[in-house]
This record gives sequence, C-alpha cells and structure tokens, in this order.
Amino acid sequence: MAGSNPIERIPTGINGFDHVALGGLPAHRSTLVSGTTGSGKTLFAVEFLSRGITHFGEPGVFVTFEETATDIRRNVASLGFPIEQWEGEHRWAFVDASAGIGDEAPAVGAFDFGALLARIQHAVRQTGAQRVSLDSLGAIFTRFADFSTVRHELFQIASTLEDLGVTSVLTAERPEEYDGVTRYGVEQFVLDNVIILRNVLQRGRRSRTVEIVKFRGAPHRTGEWLFTIDPQDGIVVVPVAFLTPSGHASLERVTSGNGKLDEMCGGGFYRDAIILISGPSGTGKTLTSLRFVSAGLAAGERCLICTFDETQEQLFRNAAGWGLDLKAMRDSGLLRVVSGYPEEASPEDHFLRLRRAIEEFAPSRLVIDTLSALERVVSPRSLFDFVIALMAVLRQKEITTVLTASPTGRLMPAGTSTVTGEIAGLADVWILLEYMERVGEIRRAITVLQSRASAHDQSVREVTIDEAGMRIGDPLRGISHVLRGTVGTARLWPDTEETEGP
Amino acid sequence: MTRYSFLLYVAGNTDRSKAAEANLRFLCDALVPGTYEVEVIDAGERPDLAEERSVLATPTVVRLAPPPQRRVIGDLSDHGRAAVALGLPNHEKLPPERQ
Repeated sequence: MAGSNPIERIPTGINGFDHVALGGLPAHRSTLVSGTTGSGKTLFAVEFLSRGITHFGEPGVFVTFEETATDIRRNVASLGFPIEQWEGEHRWAFVDASAGIGDEAPAVGAFDFGALLARIQHAVRQTGAQRVSLDSLGAIFTRFADFSTVRHELFQIASTLEDLGVTSVLTAERPEEYDGVTRYGVEQFVLDNVIILRNVLQRGRRSRTVEIVKFRGAPHRTGEWLFTIDPQDGIVVVPVAFLTPSGHASLERVTSGNGKLDEMCGGGFYRDAIILISGPSGTGKTLTSLRFVSAGLAAGERCLICTFDETQEQLFRNAAGWGLDLKAMRDSGLLRVVSGYPEEASPEDHFLRLRRAIEEFAPSRLVIDTLSALERVVSPRSLFDFVIALMAVLRQKEITTVLTASPTGRLMPAGTSTVTGEIAGLADVWILLEYMERVGEIRRAITVLQSRASAHDQSVREVTIDEAGMRIGDPLRGISHVLRGTVGTARLWPDTEETEGP
Repeated sequence: MTRYSFLLYVAGNTDRSKAAEANLRFLCDALVPGTYEVEVIDAGERPDLAEERSVLATPTVVRLAPPPQRRVIGDLSDHGRAAVALGLPNHEKLPPERQ
C-alpha cells in the first residue's frame, strides 16, 4: 500500500546509490533493476536486503529463480553478509524457486503462480520483512512456454508485494546494452520504477554504470553514474558515494614548506585546502609536493603520498637527490607511500584504494603525483568524477591535499580547455609552474592563479631549482611563453607583462 | 496391482482448483479406477508444504507413486495430454473430449 506521501523513500544503504536516487527507492513499491549478464543485478538485490538488515534493522525475503539459495549464501559471504546467521535469526528468508529436479513440468491447461505467491507471503509474514528481492525474472520465463501467463502472474506478484506494504527489487535481463529495457517485456508491469545497470567496455576498460530511468512521481538524479563492485564494499557508486554536506571551512593555515610560496598564497594553505600544481615535467611539481610533505612531517603530521608511474624506490631516490630522506620519514611511521600504475585498476578501484588508505592511515596531508597519469586510462569525465569524489572525502576530513598535473597527457591539445582546467576550477589554489623564455634563455616561473577566499600574490615569479630545493625569486617582467605548458593560459593569464607584485 | 498416488497443489478454493481436482479424479476413475489416491494441498494454507517441494505454479500435480516422480502443471483440462504427462495407462481408451 502506498503511503500518503507520494515520495516516501526507503534508503537502500547501497554505497552512493541513495544519493543518485535522492533518498532511496520509492517506499512500498516494486522497482525493476534491469541489466545484462554480469551487470551486478543479483548483487544489487542481495545488498538491498543485507544493507536493510545491517543499517536499518529491516528483515528481508529473497526470492531466487536462478541461483540456488546455497549459491547465493556462498557468493556473498566474502562481502561479510552472514546470510545463514540472519536466517537463523529470522531476519532473512529465502524462497528458493530456482530450477531444480522435477521442475521441468509440462503445462496442461491454465495455471497461475498461486503457490509461489503463498510462499512469498508466508516468508514475509514469518520474518516481518519490509524488503523483498526477486532475482531474476528472466529465469522464470525460460521455464514456462506461455509468456503471457508468466507476465500476468509476475504482475500479480508485484501487486501483492505492494499490498503487503513491502518495498521490493525485481531484477530482469536485458539482451544487450542500449536496446530496450528488458527481454520478455518485463517492464510492462513494473514500469513505474526502473533502474538500469550497465557493464560496457570503454576504451578497453570495463565500465559499470547505474541509471535511474524513472521513479513514478519521485525526483532522482539523471544520467549514468559510474560504479564499481568492490570485494569488500560491494556496489559503490562513484563519485557520489561519499558526498556529505560540507561542514565549516577551516581558517587555520598550514605551511607549504616554502616560505615564499606561503606568502604568495596569502600566508600558507588553509588546512582543508585542495591545491593543484600544474606544469610540464621538470618544472618542480614533485619537488614542491615533497617539500609540502616534509614540512608536514616536521610538524609531526601524518602524510600520505600516492604516486602513479613511479615506484616507492624511484620516489625515494629522487627525494634523496633533493636532500629529503623519505625512507627515514617512512620508518618514523608518519609517512606512508602508496604507489601503483594507473593501468592496474579502474579509476573507481584506485579511488577505493586511496580512500581506504586515507581511512586507515588518517593523514593530515596528502599528495597525489600525478593525476595526469590517470588520464591515460580514463575518460576526462571519469577523472573529473574521481577528483570530485576524492575532494568530498578530503574536505570532510580536513586533509590538506596537493594534486599535481602535467599538460603532457594526450588529452590535452594545446590551448583548449581540458580536464586539468576543470579540476583547477574545483581546487582552492592553483599553482602554475611554467617554462618561460627571457632574452634567449629558458627559465622557470611560478604563479598562484587562484586562492579561494584569500588575498594572494598575483605576480609571475622566477623559480630556480638547486640542491637546496626551490627558490622563488622576484616577479618576472617582459616574458613570453615558449612552451605551451599549461592549459587555458591565454584565457587565464592575459596580461602577464602588466602584472605587478604586491 | 500398481497403486497411483498424487499430490495436488492448488491455491485457494477457486474454480481453477476445483477444475484441476475434478479433472484429475476423472482421469483416475477412467484409467486406474480404485487404485489411486489424491491428496489436495492448498498452498495458501500450507505454504511450508509448497516450499518443501519447490512448487511455484498452481495447480501442480505431483505423481508420488509409482516412481519415477512426475509433475504436471495446469488445470489438466486437456485430458489426453494430461493422461500422457501423468503416465496413466490406457490413455487411448479415454472417451472423446467433451466440449
């Protein structure tokens, strides 16, 4: 029975999904979850019940047409769902309608699914279930020749579930991506609420998305949202999984590790700031971020470095060249390094790995060097999502973060707006490192392009790098760009010659 | 003599349930008179028994004896096909189908 409030929701508890659904599934109604083989339908159905039990204390009934109850218990044990224990506590009940022996019965004359309905009602009453999952409807069609009867009977089941007042998830197969909603026209009877899970190859990489096609009378976010299936966390919809309402903004300043840079930024970075350092290789991005880390360590703060394209050993060697003994810092327990190649995993998995490291290690400072490496394996949209997701976690935990990016990624044709430019728009501080030509010689230059809610130095200053590290000099004048280092330079930096220091 | 034993699962006392039972008894009386038994189970009253045998559809007839076990779903309105599906002997002797 529908509640009087037409948009009453039942949060699924599935990581991130309820953000996309703006609260959850329509309460006391059936929602169709449709997808191709391997799209995560069964997991969605299982998690809907499991999270109901663990997060909301709501018992559930799982009606399985395809896999046996034994298979499901075993398959989800690794996610930490103790289904057998819940069954013992009468919080979970199976209605096992999987094809078994003696089930290949010929049909002679009219029939209905009265027995199945009775079994479901019985299980719902016995457990006091508020959630029911049916997985998957396609399997039942393969067992009965008369599709129109099956459709009609499934409609009966869906409406009985609504009469029982439970919220249910019904899964169904799609023959292929982007072609209709389901095989067998299942959508005809639960068209009110439809979710599609997709599993497609994009640029040689598997990409999973979830899309809410419709919720009757209830708003929801539109479009396809990336998700991953994590061995520990199950379905995780990125990037919205960890968005939380932003709290207060920190007014505390922390040092960048370079006094002059602190000055340029108006007195250091805010503690909850996200800083983007962009520039071609050799301009001092890694050096700047390592100085930032060593300043943190000197202040007794825990620091996490995440490198792509560089092993821990390579990083330590480079740092030693600048007089930084990272190994000793790591051994002190204050520094942790996570390294890996972008190709090893999907962006969602990189995100989860990083989030886990952040949660376990609880750093005060984080460096990601370099974000651009990820551009090789993901679309700009995915990288953008990745950064948004990360920022949500970082701001909430007030972790001062330096992200580096180089303009050498193949997605960055000179002079066009790229993902770095978009990410810069989200960062609190954008530090540009560039090569400059002046009277026939190439020099390095630094500028701080934005520092949200903070007065800062807008001049272009010369940078020199020596064994002592990076020295920031006086404002440069009369310079021109030799290497189109940075994206959007022309737009963001139109009047270099006229810019004055403070 | 072979004894025939059937379970008939139905859902409530509906026309379909009554038709299934009548058809089953008609077939047995015609083909195996006096040597059969039929137990009718209402899945609505005994969902546990439906669960036990994984019955989904109603009506469902389960032939328990003689082995092997057989199942037929539907109201058995087509007597000829029902007799074959249930493995009843002499099904060719059935009177022509009534309309």
